[in-house]
Amino acid sequence: MKWEVVIGLETHAQLQTKSKIFCGASTAFGAEPNTQADAVSLALPGVLPVLNREAVVCAIKFGLAIGAKITERSVFARKNYFYPDLPKGYQISQMELPVVDGGSLTINVDGNEKTVRLTRAHLEEDAGKSLHEDFAGRTGIDLNRAGTPLLEIVSEPDMRSAAEAVAYAKKLHELVQWIGICDGNMQEGSFRCDANVSVRRPGDPYGTRREIKNLNSFRFLEQAINYEVQWQINEIEEGRKIQQATVLFDPDTGETRSMRSKEDAHDYRYFPDPDLLPLEITEAWKAEVKATMPELPQAMQQRFTGEYGLSAYDADIITSSREMAQYFLDTVAVAGTASAKLCANWIQGDLAARLNREEKSIAEAPISATQLAGIIQRIVDNTISNKIGKDVFDALWNGDGANADAVIEAKGWKQITDTGEIEAIIDEVLAANQKSVEEFRAGKEKAFNALVGQAMKATKGKANPQQVNDLLKQKLTG
Amino acid sequence: MSLDIEQVQRIARLARIEISPAEAATARDQLNGIFGLIETMQAVDTAGIAPMSHAVDMVQRLRPDAVTEADQRTAFQAIAPETDAGLYLVPKVIE
Repeated sequence: MKWEVVIGLETHAQLQTKSKIFCGASTAFGAEPNTQADAVSLALPGVLPVLNREAVVCAIKFGLAIGAKITERSVFARKNYFYPDLPKGYQISQMELPVVDGGSLTINVDGNEKTVRLTRAHLEEDAGKSLHEDFAGRTGIDLNRAGTPLLEIVSEPDMRSAAEAVAYAKKLHELVQWIGICDGNMQEGSFRCDANVSVRRPGDPYGTRREIKNLNSFRFLEQAINYEVQWQINEIEEGRKIQQATVLFDPDTGETRSMRSKEDAHDYRYFPDPDLLPLEITEAWKAEVKATMPELPQAMQQRFTGEYGLSAYDADIITSSREMAQYFLDTVAVAGTASAKLCANWIQGDLAARLNREEKSIAEAPISATQLAGIIQRIVDNTISNKIGKDVFDALWNGDGANADAVIEAKGWKQITDTGEIEAIIDEVLAANQKSVEEFRAGKEKAFNALVGQAMKATKGKANPQQVNDLLKQKLTG
Repeated sequence: MSLDIEQVQRIARLARIEISPAEAATARDQLNGIFGLIETMQAVDTAGIAPMSHAVDMVQRLRPDAVTEADQRTAFQAIAPETDAGLYLVPKVIE
């Protein structure tokens, strides 16, 4: 009998503010321990939280980007638990009235579109860091991170495989960077996921779920879910029941293991924080924030498939970051709308591969959109072949020449289009390869390709392959 | 609604408050007294009234996103029981 996997994700996105969510201490990463832990971060007696306006703006942007309802009056609550990296004894979060309510995200897995519903997103503060090693049986506490603003984004249990969960997490990761609310740096913990995983027989009610905490890479997310699903299925098939639990993923062993005793779990005794009044977000404020937002990836995808004739797949890749989308637009602006498909191919093909190999971002590409457009223009007007285009690309990448025309001129790469000149070369090739000619006449199609290859070689790749093909065919059959 | 001794002890443990059996019994009676008050208030018809999260009918004031706090680690750590390499030290925490 088959099992159905049910996955929901809770994602913590660290918001890109200069100061903390409830005080004026810096949020810069990598400072000396506790140098950014002020009286509020330390929870010294008498301190009070004052909400950072920019953190709210980030939440509004996110809500608008996923088509959610922005709560007119949301409420901050205290989530109570004891841990040394949380000096107040509670985390300020939101419970009953979160700032963002609902919304959805469309993902693409193996060419199939799927809409994942979001439950909510709420503002909260991060905790500090505990360091368990090196202090002679003591735990060291660094409170620099305490009070950093987070947006916790909660999905509905709409995903049915690890691949869907990863596609959703990636889409969310792209979106928060696109709208500029999170730097997306997973190594530094700016974007981390918890996965709620359960299994059931199709049609049955949801099974008991276990929550995998703190997954900070897409690879770990996938590995952890796959391991957990197999573990749960084995447990049930061997007649045991799944107990609700929080588990950790160990990247070294690839296994998940139980972390917290369940009796105290989820007993956070939430209540509205008396130190903070309700957060009011007016229609006017929403409109003001909306006016500052860039065109969203989904809208851009539609524009790219409609106006520019890209496939849905191409449009999805080109809009995976704002920088790439802008590079594409800049390239098309010079190369022309008719060449848009070719521009997309070059950007996600040669350019992306080269950037990947050299571990560069598109912003660091040594070849500008205008330079790339220059290559594409010369391919389209048959000055050079696609193959020579790649050589021009390499030359520009390495800084040999200011633009495609200069490189083509300097290297003498202009395509031979003069029929007479090509014919003369073909005649030479035919004379030198009598064996292939006879084989072709005897019905061996492969021999024709060998002759095309020889002719192209003789032109040093500068002839138009189609033209060579046509002329060769004429000479052999005519 | 009323609480029994086990529930009172569980709440005390969650709040990290150590209470003796005698104190637990007193706390249970006092808490149940509060529940009694709440039950009396339940009689009021609150249909159509939005739940109130705060006693003051005002909204949150916001501050601009600016770093206003300078580093005062030395001063703060002077009153901490134990520190090392800039960290506050606490008894080992094991999950």
